Amino acid sequence: MSTESTVVTGNQRIAKWSVNISIVFLCLWVLVPIYLLIANTFSSPAEVNAFPKRIYPSFDTESVRFFMNFYGVGSALWNSFKVACLTMIMSIAVGAPAGYALSRFEFRGKNTFRVLVLMTRAFPLPLLALPLAVMFIKVGLDDTVLGLAIVHTVLALPFAVLITFSLFSGVPVELEEAAWTLGCNRLQAFIKVIFPLVLPGIAASAIFAFVISWNEVFAAAVLTIEHRTLPAFLLQSLDDAPLHLKFAGGAVLVVPALIFIFMVRKYLFSMWGIANR
Amino acid sequence: MQNKWLPYFLLLPATLFLLLFFLYPFGMVAYQAFATDEGVLTTKYITKMTSHWKFKTALSNTMWLALAVVPIQMVLALYMATIVSKLKKGRDLILYIWTIPLGISDLAAGLIWLAILDQTGFLNSLLVGLGITDQPTTFLGYQNKGTIFIAVMLAEVWRATAIILVILVAGIGLIPKEYYEAAEVFGAGGWKRFTKITLPLLKPSLQTALMLRVILAFEVFAVVAALGGTNLPVLMGEVYNRQFVLQDSHVAAAFALLILLISIAFTLLIMWLLRTPKEARL
Repeated sequence: MSTESTVVTGNQRIAKWSVNISIVFLCLWVLVPIYLLIANTFSSPAEVNAFPKRIYPSFDTESVRFFMNFYGVGSALWNSFKVACLTMIMSIAVGAPAGYALSRFEFRGKNTFRVLVLMTRAFPLPLLALPLAVMFIKVGLDDTVLGLAIVHTVLALPFAVLITFSLFSGVPVELEEAAWTLGCNRLQAFIKVIFPLVLPGIAASAIFAFVISWNEVFAAAVLTIEHRTLPAFLLQSLDDAPLHLKFAGGAVLVVPALIFIFMVRKYLFSMWGIANR
Repeated sequence: MQNKWLPYFLLLPATLFLLLFFLYPFGMVAYQAFATDEGVLTTKYITKMTSHWKFKTALSNTMWLALAVVPIQMVLALYMATIVSKLKKGRDLILYIWTIPLGISDLAAGLIWLAILDQTGFLNSLLVGLGITDQPTTFLGYQNKGTIFIAVMLAEVWRATAIILVILVAGIGLIPKEYYEAAEVFGAGGWKRFTKITLPLLKPSLQTALMLRVILAFEVFAVVAALGGTNLPVLMGEVYNRQFVLQDSHVAAAFALLILLISIAFTLLIMWLLRTPKEARL
C-alpha cells in the first residue's frame, strides 16, 4: 500500500471509477455508430439488406463499387470537391485580411464589423439559399459550382475571420517592427516574417472551410440541379435508393471529414475561445 | 496616411461579401414572403403557410425537438467538459474522440443512425439475437411517430453535442486555477466548486454555446429526412419542399422568415437571460 491510497477514501475511489466508466462509455457512444456504418459499407449488398446483421464486416467491396458506379455519384463527388475547394479559397482570401486588420489596428468601425461577423451566428445561414437562388438566376449563377461556393463561404467566413484573428494576435508585433527597421516594407514583412508563422493555422482554417462545405446539405440541395454535390445527391435519393447505396454514400461523406478534423484538432479551440470574450 | 486606410482596405472584401450575400439576402427573404413577383404587397403567402395542415405539426415538431435535445446536450457537454478539464493522462485523445462528430454532416449522422435503427438494422439484430424480441420492430415506420422522434433525438444528441463541448472546454480553460485552489483551501467540495466557480464564470461560454445550438436545432433537416422521410414534418423540411419540390418560393420564403424570426427571438432571449455584467467578466 502506498501512502497515496491511504489518503484516498472509499467514496473518492467510487467517484474516480464512475468517471472512468463515463469516459469509456462516452467514447463508445461516439465511436460505435461510426464503426457500424463502416462495417455496413464493407459488407456485400445482400448482407446489408439481410437480417439479422453481423457486427463485423465481410470486407466485401461490392457495396462501395456499386456506389461508385451508380449514375450521378462520380459527378456529385467531383462537384462536392470543386465547391469545397472554391469555398476554401474564397473564405481565406476574404477572411484572412479581415482577421489581420482586427488583430493589428485600432480604428473606428472595428466593433461594427465584429458585430456583423458575430451576427452571422444568430442567423440560420442555410436559408440564404432561397433569396440567393433568385439573385443567382438574375446574374446567371444559378445551378453553378461558384454560386453554391458563395453560400458556403458565408457559412465558413466567420470561422475564417475568428481563426485568423487569433493566429495573427499570437504573433508579436515586435517581430513585424523588427522587419520594418531592417528595411522591409509592410507587405515584405508580412510575407517574409508573419506569413510563415501563421501558415499552419491558415491551412487549418482552410481545411475547416472545406469540411463545412463538404458537409452542407440544405443549400446544396436547393441551389443545384445538374451540378449536385454528394450530400444533395444523397438527400434526393433517400426515398428510392437501396440501403447499401445510402450507407456507402454516408461513409464516403464521413471519412474525409474525419481525417480533416484530425488534422485541425489543435485549432478547434481558437475559433471559440475568442468568441467568448 | 497609408496606415490609416489600410485596415478599411483589408476589411473591405469581407464587409462587402457579408453585405451582399448575408444581410441583403435576408432582407430579400422578408420581401419575398410579403410581395408577389409583380411587387404587390400581400399576406396571402403567410396565410397559405399557416393554413396548411402540415404547418402546426412542423412548427410543434421543430420546437419540441429543440426542447428535448438542447437541454440534454447542454448537461452532457457540461459533464464531458468538466471531466476533460480534470484529466491529466490521455486528455488529447479523449477530446479528439469526443469531438469527432463535429466533422460529421447532419445527413451522414442520419444515415449512421439509420444503419442502427432500420428494420434490418443493428439494434433489431441485437434485440432478436438476445431473444428480447422475436421479430424485428419497425422503429421508423409512418405509424411510429414517437420512435422516429426519439431516433432523431438520439442522432442529434450524438452529432451536435461536440460543438457545445468545444465551446465549454475553451471557456473552462479561461477560468484561473487559483480560484479553485482558494475554494479548496476554504473547504469547498467538488460540487460546490462546480456551482460557485465553474458555472458562474462559464456563463459567457454557456451563452455562446446555447445560442449556437438553439439556432442549429431550429435548422434541423437532414437528420429528419434520413430517419423519418416526410413522416416527421419540420420547418426546414417544409422550406425545402416548398422551394425545391413544389417550386412555391414565396411560401418557402414565408417559412424561412418564420425560422429566422424564431431564431432571432431566441438569440435575444438567451443573450438577456444569460447576460454577464461587465464587472463580472474574466
